[in-house]
Amino acid sequence: MEKHISLLLVVIPLIAAPIVAVLPRGRLPWLITLIITFICAILASTQLWTVLHDGVISYELGGWAPPWGIEYRIDAVNALIALIVAAIAAITLPYALLSVEKEIPQHQIPLFYSAFLLCLTGLLGIAQTGDLFNIFVFLEISSLSSYALISLGRNRQALTSAYQYLIMGTIGATFFLIGVGLIYSQTGTLNMQDLAKLLPEVVQLKTVHTGFAFIMIGIALKLALFPLHLWLPNAYTYAPSVVTIFLAATATKVAVYVMLRVLFSIFPNEFALATPTYELFILFAMAGILIASVYAIYQTNIKRLLAYSSVAQIGYIALGIGFASTKGVTAALIHVFNHALIKAALFMAVGAIIYRIGSCRMGNINGLGKQMPWTFGAIVIAGLSLIGVPGTAGFVSKWYLLFAALEQDAWVSAAVILFGSLLAMIYVGKIIEALYFKPVTDSNKSVKEAPLLLLLPTWTLVLANIYFGFDTSLSVGVAETAADVLGVVNMVSINDS
Amino acid sequence: MTPETLMTTILLLPLLGAIGIVATRHHPNLREGVTLVTASLVAILVVIIANQFLAGKEFVLSLAEPMPGLSIAFKIEALGMLFSLIVGLLWLVTSIYAIGYMRSHNEKNQTRFYAAFAVAITCALGIAFSDNLFTLFLFYELLTLSTYPLVTHAGTAEAKKAGRVYLGILLGTSIGFFLLAILITWFVSGTVTFQQGGVLAGKLDPAWAGLLYALFLFGIGKAALMPFHRWLPAAMVAPTPVSALLHAVAVVKAGVFTLLKVTLYIFGSDFILSNNVTGGLIWVAAATILFASMIAMSKDNLKARLAYSTISQLSYIALGAMLATKSGLIGASMHIAMHAFSKITLFFAAGAVLVVTHKKLVSELNGLGRAMPVTFAAFLIGTLSIIGLPPLGGMWSKWYLGLGIVETTQLLLLAVLMISSLLNIAYLLPIPVRAFFSKPASGEHYTEIKEAPKTILFAMIITSSACIILFFYPDPFYQLASLAAGGP
Repeated sequence: MEKHISLLLVVIPLIAAPIVAVLPRGRLPWLITLIITFICAILASTQLWTVLHDGVISYELGGWAPPWGIEYRIDAVNALIALIVAAIAAITLPYALLSVEKEIPQHQIPLFYSAFLLCLTGLLGIAQTGDLFNIFVFLEISSLSSYALISLGRNRQALTSAYQYLIMGTIGATFFLIGVGLIYSQTGTLNMQDLAKLLPEVVQLKTVHTGFAFIMIGIALKLALFPLHLWLPNAYTYAPSVVTIFLAATATKVAVYVMLRVLFSIFPNEFALATPTYELFILFAMAGILIASVYAIYQTNIKRLLAYSSVAQIGYIALGIGFASTKGVTAALIHVFNHALIKAALFMAVGAIIYRIGSCRMGNINGLGKQMPWTFGAIVIAGLSLIGVPGTAGFVSKWYLLFAALEQDAWVSAAVILFGSLLAMIYVGKIIEALYFKPVTDSNKSVKEAPLLLLLPTWTLVLANIYFGFDTSLSVGVAETAADVLGVVNMVSINDS
Repeated sequence: MTPETLMTTILLLPLLGAIGIVATRHHPNLREGVTLVTASLVAILVVIIANQFLAGKEFVLSLAEPMPGLSIAFKIEALGMLFSLIVGLLWLVTSIYAIGYMRSHNEKNQTRFYAAFAVAITCALGIAFSDNLFTLFLFYELLTLSTYPLVTHAGTAEAKKAGRVYLGILLGTSIGFFLLAILITWFVSGTVTFQQGGVLAGKLDPAWAGLLYALFLFGIGKAALMPFHRWLPAAMVAPTPVSALLHAVAVVKAGVFTLLKVTLYIFGSDFILSNNVTGGLIWVAAATILFASMIAMSKDNLKARLAYSTISQLSYIALGAMLATKSGLIGASMHIAMHAFSKITLFFAAGAVLVVTHKKLVSELNGLGRAMPVTFAAFLIGTLSIIGLPPLGGMWSKWYLGLGIVETTQLLLLAVLMISSLLNIAYLLPIPVRAFFSKPASGEHYTEIKEAPKTILFAMIITSSACIILFFYPDPFYQLASLAAGGP
């Protein structure tokens, strides 16, 4: 049992998905999914614990030795990512019961949970596998299921946004596949460990360079790195609340993981340093932070506002990667963790508002802060964490990121990070002002606080935001170990000033 | 009680008080009882701590270490003792005042008011006791956030706009500059713990020291140096007890207190003096002193005038800090105390006038002195103390600030101080004079108007007598100030 954990983590939700799809309507599909996600969360924590104490786990699928067979190779980096994915899924599920019943037609609910489990399978698979082609397979599983999930949104726009995401996502996946193919043509292997050994001999080849570029752009699309983010705001806005919560907290984070793997584990460290990769990262990250934050300020739909904020936050993560230093990658990983907590909490709170009034447009939410004090409190605290106020998880991210910037004398980046926080202050302030000061509309006078089943998961995450602002031994500790594992070498300081 | 328990108790008490206030929200009398009991306990505790501290006891408390090397830790030193003493004692007086004020003024949402007030006190005490910049920054930001509901208390469009300015400037400067300055300090010296003599000497290239100091100076927006002063007049839309305790004492003094801490324990006065770190920046403070006084003269709204007066007076403290000589630092530290007692008296009086007559403008006060003699007598005492005349406490801090300037031989600064005192006379003294000697404009007689409710009068009498007592007996504050400045 112990040694099969890594496989079970992927196989359990995969097997459960078709079962849930054929279950009768009612609450049974939800219950099964809930149990599965909890099992996954427990397995993922056990896995992380094992990796931290006993070192890397290598699991050979079907007993075929790598590099011929598929290998699942778990170190601190992907153990952390798998835990984030599984834990967020487990926290989302109790929330899902009421929210899904409200937002999705009865007859589609079993299918919804089935697609949700497939999406979970895909994301966990990407995190677990040690095989580059296998990543593509799981990427497609997660993407296809998320197109379906997004299209279940109540508005008709959900269909067009799902379609938009489908087009962009497929282009991304295709680019990734082309890149993998080009590299396979030169090395003859798909196993990451093996690639890491063979690639140094062929790095000078133009084919490898081209493959690298294809992979980077492909993942950047999945990552929604500015300016390849265009699919994200619509997808997040029109998807059902639960889908937005789950995808915002996990999907882009998994893409970050793939990016880190390719940059630091598969390709030799020097490779990307010799190309303009990091300069481009820093450039697009800074542009993303500034432009997406300004866009967020002008949104009237709160989900869309938070979606643009996500694009900006991805910019922070990309900036950390762009520093190409241990500190930078640590900061990026910390923010992956913290941002998952922040955004999931915020989207949950907004989902609670949608549950009550069926909308989250600026004009409709006026004055709800008094009627829904707990939901409002959650938005305030998670919002402060998003800004990066000390005492919250968001501050820890900003601190490490700024430190990484100072380490390289990257003053422009440091200024952008701080300025981004100020912009975040404005858009968070806009939500809070609407909820707190504007007089409540007549139709909302009788609105009550959200049900406990929505509030509990929300507040679990809100308290986690505070907890990880004071005790960072898990978030920072694991991120530091992970950055070590990736073997980031600080060679050349990239000076962007 | 051991020092640790004393510190934990005093930090937690206002928080528990806030919970108690919310719990008793349906019984106003009980709720105010909770406030008074909590405030009294805090006042008693702070005096006990001060006594033990002066007797040589060490007060150290470490709570958590969120990031390696960055801990949430408290340690009381002389300056923090002085600040916490003022906050602790004046909270009690203000609470007594607030009960009379809030009830006579029929304010809404009083539970939120008292609860947020108590939380703000915890934050101010946290700032006073913090042992490192990280802890200080944490409570500094929490203080901004906890006072936001107080500033926007009225809920009107004006209050909302003021709230935006308030949060925008305070959070903006602290995230934009202060955080960066803390991070640079950490990056350069590897520590953010306050240490006697500073942590930067020998580690920071003196050429960059001025720039770092500027980041601190402008980043600590609560010190209200120009051009980041707009939040303070904006905050005046809050109920008067808030303006009195928070925006004349706790919040703004937290700003200059932080500046003094940074000067003394991060840079170190020797480092500043030997490298002339603040040579140019000191003129920012000098300019703020003069400009704010001039703007104060042009304000007809009483609270706005007092707000600009506060901005000007805060820069006295900033100036003393930047002088970095022993007398300058003593003067600055003492001015924290002296200005606190004088300015809170002025605000109490302004609030009393507002409650009784609903008048907000200076030009409407003619002749009110006879109807409200106690109020305007208190106002006169506060005025004279701000100007710095004997026999009032305000004289001492100005005396030492003057001495500090003489030590550095920057005599032009002395001229600034003198002009400013004249300006103080010009914008404050006419107020009680009008009230006592001018006739009401419309010829009406204030026969209907009586003094404000007893709690309000009581609070005013206490603070104004404190202004007088501090002239004859400034010793506790002087002792703490000179300890902070490095030696008895």
